[in-house]
Amino acid sequence: MRASRRSFVKAVGGATAAIAAFFGLAGRDFTLFTKAVAPSNGGKPRKWVMVIDLERCDGCKKCTEACINENLVPPTFGAEPSFQGFQEWIKVFELNHEEGAAHQHQEAGAHLPTPCMNCQNAPCVKVCPVGATFYSEDGIVLIDNTRCIGCRFCMAACPYERRFFNWGEPPHSAQEQLIEYDPRYPVPHRRGTVEKCMFCAHRVEKGRLPACVEACNKAGMKAIYFGDAFEDVVTNGSEVVRLSELLSRRGGYRLKEELGTKPRVYYLPPTGR
Amino acid sequence: MEKRAYESTGETLIRPIIRRGRAYYTFVFSLMAVIVWGGYAYYTQLSEGLVVTGMRHIVLWGLYITNLVFFIGISHAGTLISAILRVTGAEWRRPITRMAESITVFALMVGALMPLIDLGRPDRMLNLVLYGRIQSPIIWDFISIATYLTGAIIYLYLPLIPDIADLRDRLTWKGWRGRVYKLLSLGWNGSEEQRKRLERAIKIMSVIIIPVAVSVHTVVSWIFGMTLRVGWHSSIFGPYFVVGAIFSGIATIIIAMFVFRRVYHLERYITALHFKHLGLMLLALDASYIYFTISEYLTASYGAEAADLELLGALFWGQYAPEFWVFAIGGLVIPAFMIALPRTRTPAGVTVAAILVNIGMWLKRFIIIIPTLSRPMLPYEWGQYQPTWVEWSITAASVAGFILLITIFSRFLPIVSVWETVGERMATEGGIPLPSTFTMAANTHSVPLSGEESDRV
Repeated sequence: MRASRRSFVKAVGGATAAIAAFFGLAGRDFTLFTKAVAPSNGGKPRKWVMVIDLERCDGCKKCTEACINENLVPPTFGAEPSFQGFQEWIKVFELNHEEGAAHQHQEAGAHLPTPCMNCQNAPCVKVCPVGATFYSEDGIVLIDNTRCIGCRFCMAACPYERRFFNWGEPPHSAQEQLIEYDPRYPVPHRRGTVEKCMFCAHRVEKGRLPACVEACNKAGMKAIYFGDAFEDVVTNGSEVVRLSELLSRRGGYRLKEELGTKPRVYYLPPTGR
Repeated sequence: MEKRAYESTGETLIRPIIRRGRAYYTFVFSLMAVIVWGGYAYYTQLSEGLVVTGMRHIVLWGLYITNLVFFIGISHAGTLISAILRVTGAEWRRPITRMAESITVFALMVGALMPLIDLGRPDRMLNLVLYGRIQSPIIWDFISIATYLTGAIIYLYLPLIPDIADLRDRLTWKGWRGRVYKLLSLGWNGSEEQRKRLERAIKIMSVIIIPVAVSVHTVVSWIFGMTLRVGWHSSIFGPYFVVGAIFSGIATIIIAMFVFRRVYHLERYITALHFKHLGLMLLALDASYIYFTISEYLTASYGAEAADLELLGALFWGQYAPEFWVFAIGGLVIPAFMIALPRTRTPAGVTVAAILVNIGMWLKRFIIIIPTLSRPMLPYEWGQYQPTWVEWSITAASVAGFILLITIFSRFLPIVSVWETVGERMATEGGIPLPSTFTMAANTHSVPLSGEESDRV
């Protein structure tokens, strides 16, 4: 049978539509883990935010330490700098005078704890080729380590360098054998995939504060607040304050606001120093 | 220019297919040894993880991505030389189109392998198909490289059909080779109808392949351009990469021409004229690339934003200055002079310039990728990157693989298109049943080859 041009074009068109439909359906799949995880709030999802008071932070790195213990954070595999060889999902930068001058509102001698900003217009989520990183319904950027292909494009795209890669096999412990993997608590950690802070989603969904907030409170600094922007309250574990009031009174700002990434982490400048 | 002395049968062109000496096997085996070594390096990487590379938290991409851009770059050779010269009916292209088209296919194959080698989880490669998100530039790359590779293979294959039929008839080999030639010749008998269809198909492909090729390197640049990083986030990146790709692509054809001409004794077909023409094209692209480079760096430096200056400082006089200046002087300025001066515009001179260009362009890709990644996004110290033996071995293996593919190809199929180069002569002498067509486009039918020769020089 001689194929006419018409039938050929039709066949090509049909095949294209089928492939497009396939990709479309496959694309749907990445909502797999985005079901609501927050504690009930009258049916409304949460809008988790973190506020870090640079006035109070003395750079003790208790938050980093607590984070590593809580999340069984893998080592950096030789990448420097690091905290005792571990990935610093929340890193405390020490700003000396020169560096501090380059960054708004930060003065000499200040410390800058930086977790993942959990941006609401996240460059990392945008570039992921397989939908392995995504927003949870309450606005936390999560990673599905069972889908991540390890291309590291999200790390290249992150303007805060808050993503980490398991370059080798992360150490495993007996403790983690009891844990079932979930993007909200990505343990056991997987080689060749990307990891980061996710506001301790596994704790938050049970109504607990992230490990860093708790540790900061225990250390007496009480510099990190966590809460729900919909309800307009945040707490550092000791006091509960109104988010909007706190931000406007203290002149709260976000890192690299100009990039339009809409971070969920706010900073209160160290005015009194 | 001396009158081209056609052989009646194009015998020189198929001699490499008939006779293979010891040198050929030695060469192939040494290339294979390099590839096996690279395979061992990759095996190490697979079993240990990317921890065996020099890539780490800050500098998270390295040689593999550099090689990706480099190989995709030289794959532009085929498109420009072959398609553009076909479309414009440039007759001197005939002996070099096949070479250009095969470079495209093999460079693409090797290049496409690079990001896969770079993956932390190559076992999940299929996720790109299963869960592909069209929002990601990596998926754009995946689609455009796959399209380009398919198109390039078709575009290499179509003009091969009459030559395969020729080998089928001329060599009458028994065994698998005979059967393969028979199968691939698709029953070509050189009839008027077949000729018309083939010409039409090649014509359509040569037009289609140009935008596809341009899109491929544009999309490769967008992997970098779409991020918010200093040194990458630039709208010039698309055209900058396309021009750079064509630039290094032409350089690669020149090197291939020189080698094949020497080894297969193709002096009658590949002449000083080809080196001159391609050399001048290389010069034009060199000038364009200098222009783009100045535009890029001057724009970044004049505004004098702190972040831009930090990066430029590292390039111009800091950590990456050696690579930058070798690229700028050795890869751009010196080749330009070598081609511009008639004294050095000889086949050997142009080839040396082409080698310098390719070294320079590899370094350029390195300093596009690494310094931007090294510059910290937060008040960190700069990242350091020192490629390991694994990365160097895989890089060497990829170069060896590319050379091996094109070498083997040239031993099974003529690296210079027989029917397009000597076809007309053979047909008029009533020789073997080759297609009487030698021209691709209808308009060139009216221009006899001899007439074409006179206005060449």
